[in-house]
Amino acid sequence: MDPVFLFGQLFTGLSVASILLLAALGLALSFGLMRVINMAHGEFLMVGGYLTYLASQWLGPDFLWLAFPLAFLGSALLGALLEVTVIRRLYGRPLDTLLATFGVSLILQQAARQLFGSTGVPVTAPGWLAGAFVVHGGALDGLTFPHVRLFVIGLSLLVLGGMWWLLNRSRFGMHVRAVNQNREVASALGVNTRRLDLLVFALGSGVAGVAGVGLALLAPVNPTVGAAYIVNAFLVVVVGGVGSVLGGAVAAVGLGFVTALTEGFTSVSLAQAILLVLVVAFLQWKPRGLFPTRSRALEET
Amino acid sequence: MTTLRKFSLASLSLALILGNTAGAQGTVKVGILHSLTGTMAISEITVANAAQLAVDEINAKGGVLGRKIVVVKEDGASDWPTFTTKAEKLLTQDRVAAVFGGWTSASRKAMLPVFEKNKGLLFYPVQFEGNECSPNIIYTGAQPNQQALPALEWALSQGYQNIFLLGSDYVYPRTANLILKKHITDRGAKVAGEEYVALGGTEFSSVINKIKAARPQVIINTLNGDSNVSFFKQYQAAGYSAATLPVISFSIAEQEAQAIGPALLTGQYATWNYFQSLPNAANKRFVAAYQKKYGKNAAITDPMAHAYMDVYLWKAAVEKAKSFDPAAVRKAIVGISMDSPLGKITVAPNGSLTQTVYTGQSGAGGQFKVIGQSKGVVAPQPYDKLAFPGKTCP
Repeated sequence: MDPVFLFGQLFTGLSVASILLLAALGLALSFGLMRVINMAHGEFLMVGGYLTYLASQWLGPDFLWLAFPLAFLGSALLGALLEVTVIRRLYGRPLDTLLATFGVSLILQQAARQLFGSTGVPVTAPGWLAGAFVVHGGALDGLTFPHVRLFVIGLSLLVLGGMWWLLNRSRFGMHVRAVNQNREVASALGVNTRRLDLLVFALGSGVAGVAGVGLALLAPVNPTVGAAYIVNAFLVVVVGGVGSVLGGAVAAVGLGFVTALTEGFTSVSLAQAILLVLVVAFLQWKPRGLFPTRSRALEET
Repeated sequence: MTTLRKFSLASLSLALILGNTAGAQGTVKVGILHSLTGTMAISEITVANAAQLAVDEINAKGGVLGRKIVVVKEDGASDWPTFTTKAEKLLTQDRVAAVFGGWTSASRKAMLPVFEKNKGLLFYPVQFEGNECSPNIIYTGAQPNQQALPALEWALSQGYQNIFLLGSDYVYPRTANLILKKHITDRGAKVAGEEYVALGGTEFSSVINKIKAARPQVIINTLNGDSNVSFFKQYQAAGYSAATLPVISFSIAEQEAQAIGPALLTGQYATWNYFQSLPNAANKRFVAAYQKKYGKNAAITDPMAHAYMDVYLWKAAVEKAKSFDPAAVRKAIVGISMDSPLGKITVAPNGSLTQTVYTGQSGAGGQFKVIGQSKGVVAPQPYDKLAFPGKTCP
């Protein structure tokens, strides 16, 4: 195989993985802690996309510095609102939560349609993201690394790093891990679990909003864009081991490479089917994912 | 003013009102059946609006055969079984004289048996893959030889000999590309590659790697819907532009250009039977009337112009037949010719239009500048001779 094409596909794998990771991180977080299957997670991506659009309308080409805080805070606030009004009332009832959040997802899609119209809105990447690094000369002559892809890869590494620090190095993270392992004991030791749930859910939603900024640079911003990513995000969470952030990261990279390589050897439309077959086979072998979370809370389900 | 004159004026106007009511005593029902919700609503709501505009205009001028048109609007909800049941309802319950509707081939194929069984008449306004010929459907959108093949001719005339085919994975792009491939090889040009992405797909980096490896001179693009946004964003990010690798699209019109962001599309090509920028008088009237009703920045597209004209076409056929009976209208419509926003069109015996094909180049404002057009009008050819030899309309 042509080395330029092969390396191009490897880069594609990394790039797909970074998007999958951004889309799945918040989902893994809220599932791990609260066992909530949030069907409206994709819509937080959508909200991030629309906030990016608004930022670009207000500021013109240099909108990104505003888009990130705006998308993060906007989605986080919306997530907090959802937690307080819906999810909090449905704890311990996973199926009801699934249905309720699915309803919320439809409501958010329709709200976007009312506010922005059913046709998508345009977001154009700023000039400095429009170009690409191209390799000249040598065996890899012509290999291209689009700036915007590198930017999204960097963004997902940053978010992953931030998340790792927050969970493993901060007091907040210690509480999250404690509640994840045993909610009752953590609560007895003075962790305000309700407040923690709210913060974690808002954080997960905010991360999805940040993912929405990345997506707006690569994909359409329309009412159904979240729905397009939610299946693959769930795939990452299940393959990685529900609730495990590390598992999510490894699974995203694995799925990204599998996708890119099958797309390289077969056709793009066939690759998704092959990917799903591989995932089914994988789950036969490791039904609890790559990094199963050892937690009493999950054993009970 | 004397009392007598007041009285006579009053009685005159009363007589006029009564006379009008007497004339409009009968009404005639037509159906507009489009996806007003769901994934296709993006495209179809405006097409339904355009048909409604034509009905309003006709009603304002006294209706058809002295009868006002009453629209029964139904939502196909982007769901093909719903199109079947709504078509059935329109024909059997509302007893409409004609239905204007449908966008995807799937919706048309779902409605076809209903129209044949109930002897109804459907006006279908969107470009499609051909390979179909029902006496109960008036196909006014482009046949493959009225969009895809002229686009190929135009590409060849520009010296593009190595062509990459990119489409969404469903019946229209697959069939259009099957026909295109036959003609590309027949003309001694080369198919550099062919890729399909699931409808709604947003990840194009593998496709772009394949395009890069294949080194084509031009891409013929049959992607549908929002996949186009992802494709053009990622194509530009990979360093391509209209100058280095031009793309000719069949499903990007003025409305889609707005959603993609005109900046991403600048310099790219599209082939249609209509562009909003066409300078003819009928089009200027249509654009002005539509924007007056639906907003001054509303974009107007080929399927909208077809839907608008379809209503006028039906009116002309009804007046020629002096009847609302679908069978009589179907017979009368053949040979009808009119100056429409699309320019001069004529209905061919197979129920499709003889119409002009334009190639447009996208400009900064999301409008297309016409840079090429077919030599005169092109007769519709539902079955391509090279791809489907021996098949013709009955």
